[in-house]
Amino acid sequence: MALVEFRDVHKAFQRDSERIEVFTGLTLDVEEGSFTALMGPSGSGKSTLLNLLAGLDRPSSGSVRVAGAEVSTMTSAQLASWRARHIGFVFQQFNLLPVLTAFQNVELPLLLTKLSKRERDERVKIALGVVGLEDRMRHYPRQLSGGQEQRVAIARAIVADPTLVLLDEPTGQLDAKSSREVLALLGRLNSEFKKTIMIVTHDPHAAEQAGTVLHLEKGTLIEREALVR
Amino acid sequence: MRIPLIYNARSVLQRPLSTTLTALGIGLVVAVFIGMLALGNGLRAALARTGSEANALVLRRGADAELSSGIGREAVSIIAASPHVATGVDGRPLVSPEVYVLIPLPRPFDSTALANVVVRGISDQAWNVRANLQVMAGERPHSGRSEVCVGKKLLGRFDHLGIGETLRFAGRDWTVVCHFSAGGSAFESEIWGENEQFMPVFRGEVFQSITFRLRDPATFDEAKRAIESDQRLTVDVHRESTFYEGQVGILGIMLRALAIGITSIMAVGAIFGAVNTMYAAVASRTPEIAVLLTLGFHPRSVLASFLVESALIAVVGGVVGALLALPINGVVTSTTNWSSFSEIAFSFRVTPLLLGEGMAFAIIMGVLGGFFPARRAAKLPVVQALRA
Amino acid sequence: MKYLPIVLANLRRHKIRTLLTVASVSLALFLFASLRSVITTLHANSQFGSAHRLVTTNATGIVFPLPMAYAAKIRALPGVDAVSWANWFGGRYGDGKSFFAQFAVDAESYLAMYPEITMPEDQRQAFLHERTAALIGTRLVDRYGWKVGQDVTLQGTIFPGDWTFTIRGVYTPTAPAIGDDVLLFHHEYFDERIGHAGIAGWYIVQIADAGAAATIAKGLDDQFRNSSAPTKTGTEQAFQAGWATMLGNVSLLMGTIGTAVVFAILLVTANAMMMSARERTGEVAVMKTVGFSDRTLFALVIAEAGAITVIGAVVGLGAAKGFYRAVNFNGFGFLPGFSVTSGTLALGGLIALLLMLASGVIPAMQAARLSIVQALRRVE
Repeated sequence: MALVEFRDVHKAFQRDSERIEVFTGLTLDVEEGSFTALMGPSGSGKSTLLNLLAGLDRPSSGSVRVAGAEVSTMTSAQLASWRARHIGFVFQQFNLLPVLTAFQNVELPLLLTKLSKRERDERVKIALGVVGLEDRMRHYPRQLSGGQEQRVAIARAIVADPTLVLLDEPTGQLDAKSSREVLALLGRLNSEFKKTIMIVTHDPHAAEQAGTVLHLEKGTLIEREALVR
Repeated sequence: MRIPLIYNARSVLQRPLSTTLTALGIGLVVAVFIGMLALGNGLRAALARTGSEANALVLRRGADAELSSGIGREAVSIIAASPHVATGVDGRPLVSPEVYVLIPLPRPFDSTALANVVVRGISDQAWNVRANLQVMAGERPHSGRSEVCVGKKLLGRFDHLGIGETLRFAGRDWTVVCHFSAGGSAFESEIWGENEQFMPVFRGEVFQSITFRLRDPATFDEAKRAIESDQRLTVDVHRESTFYEGQVGILGIMLRALAIGITSIMAVGAIFGAVNTMYAAVASRTPEIAVLLTLGFHPRSVLASFLVESALIAVVGGVVGALLALPINGVVTSTTNWSSFSEIAFSFRVTPLLLGEGMAFAIIMGVLGGFFPARRAAKLPVVQALRA
Repeated sequence: MKYLPIVLANLRRHKIRTLLTVASVSLALFLFASLRSVITTLHANSQFGSAHRLVTTNATGIVFPLPMAYAAKIRALPGVDAVSWANWFGGRYGDGKSFFAQFAVDAESYLAMYPEITMPEDQRQAFLHERTAALIGTRLVDRYGWKVGQDVTLQGTIFPGDWTFTIRGVYTPTAPAIGDDVLLFHHEYFDERIGHAGIAGWYIVQIADAGAAATIAKGLDDQFRNSSAPTKTGTEQAFQAGWATMLGNVSLLMGTIGTAVVFAILLVTANAMMMSARERTGEVAVMKTVGFSDRTLFALVIAEAGAITVIGAVVGLGAAKGFYRAVNFNGFGFLPGFSVTSGTLALGGLIALLLMLASGVIPAMQAARLSIVQALRRVE
């Protein structure tokens, strides 16, 4: 069984008076330990696919199974706790809470667990160590560069040891050097720490890091490249 | 260059909820402010209108209220003969020796709750000495009879005050034969009857005060000196208007202190509300402000602009507050005037001046509240703002 | 709670705004406590009165005196243990700007009847044995710096002339309604100076059986009903309560203002909360993405509102309690025993709680209902 199974997923949006069909019967498997890049032109549904995967949105019909659980039928309360356990999400705008330090931002997902303060602190330090920002723990987001902020966001995404790490255009707001650092980090997360990663991106460099590239166009999977590494 | 007012007006409308809440907060403070000062106004008006500049009030020396005074009959004839006293059309001196006592009257809804009402024994000249009196209904009490005339403000607040009804006090029955008005003054809270009728029932052969019309109001000081230095008398002479104004006394001071104290505290809270709103406004419009500065508008114009905006919101609040307070005008309430120990009824008095003061107060709150946020807007570092 | 750092961090986001809102809440609750305490004090004072003391005044009006001859007759009535009398003096001290009550009392019987008036025994004896002695309340010592042994001169307004007394004692009232700012002197001396007029302002009658109060009162009044000075007798408590009604609609006034104040503050707090909430929709969406449930986010917003209102309440209510105690406030003599009761404090706390809910509920609901996808799309 694949880690993620999309079966005949339909998704439509109502925008003003228009009904927009994003997916009409999407079927897809994502294997455990894979590093998948989702590419395609604007409006192809890449972000929507990610949202469906993370339980941030519900399909109009069809089934989305992650690690054996049917996501599409969960209540929003169930989804919340499911997300806390299984999903690490990284946004294009970093989306760190400006009023919290880097440390506190990374700690956020752990507050939803039953871990003690000591255990939480330990894991946060480890996560920040993996992204190489231990020395910036007490800094506020406004004191960090764009690249550093994104790495903190990644640390937040992995600190609770989620089943999936999902990233929506993570390098979109970064300069070339920071992008390369972030992508290299993602590569390590996949190869060393065996994390299953799915990344929506325009960036061809990102595609290079990934093991599999999926091309979406108008809601349809048109190509699946398996890159040999 | 002046930033056009329409920009502020439109911006205010863009945040309807925030603006409304702030304006309402200011409005409430203004309403309380106007209400409390209207209370004090009413009290003071009632007492101020009570005395006339043309009249003089004589009390026993050292007495600070009619209640604690006592004057004998001889004193009355001596004063009536004074050249300073005006004479009426009938040639008689305009002098009214009066008895002043307080009687307990039960309130209609709770007979155990008593109010001390003033009962004044007048001479028939009183109707001539005091200029603004009018018999509203019935006819004046006749000499020699147990008849009384009831002041306008007592009607409806106590029982047995209708024309023809019998009021019982001091162990006797008295017939109500008329109602009178007295230009909104404290006399309207009194019951009047003939002084000779009251003397035997109350304090015997003594009057509490003598009121007379000055032949020439400008010569009051002379009259005062003449009468007070007369060896046969031990009296103090007061100008009637001044005396009653002074009767506001402790009650007036307390009301004023209360009004100022309470509204000050509330005002600070409302100002804080305005500050919050304006800071948020400045924060959310940072890019616009930057553009204005880049275009060449002077920072001082930006400052003025935001102050005006804050004042605008405050004006709306002031209007709301004034409208909230307006209905209280004319409402009659009563309390005990501690200086004279008597119950005095008066109406809340909202004057145009008071409304104006309320609006000014609102604008001041708005400007104070908007000052620091406006300053921040004016001092915005343009480059950073544009990047944001 | 482990979420506390997040709540506090959010409050620190706009320090000025938070501070101002807390200050507003404090001010409002200070005002509320002050206004309500006026009502509670008046009420408490109107409840004062021993069940064993009756007060007899002239039925024609309290400004009219009663003959001293009544004393013996009242004393002889069945059920009456003791009789005392007093006169309101109403003198002026100095420029008369500050006011305090003065009574001429039948010293020995009066002090015996009012055990609430306490003082050192030697002072009591000194006062009782000197004709022109005066007994003053503790507040007068603070206000004028008077000392035992000092002479004090009053200007009579009702009873003219200069009246000089020697302070022989300072009393402490054990019941606040008695007032700690009264001057008592000898009725004997008073009567002497006004030419033996033989008048008493009112009588205080001590009875053995509290249950017989109504009967004794009626019997007393019946005795003098047809005389030139008819009497009106009632329990001391009824007498006290009567004073309270003289102030008119004070309760209504205080209540109305109190309500307006609380309302105004609600507006200020709600406004501040909503402004904060509006600026944070993006962050709320992120937290939901991370896995925070709608319920948790709802609670966090309420907690934030709560932090503001609770701190404001503690500061405002605490300040009220402390301030009035520190300045020994008694409403210029009209509110003896003024204090902020625990009832008022509790009510203030309740208001703070309600304020928390009212100002936080809408932003909290907005946060809980926020659609993540729409919120994030808005940000992008």
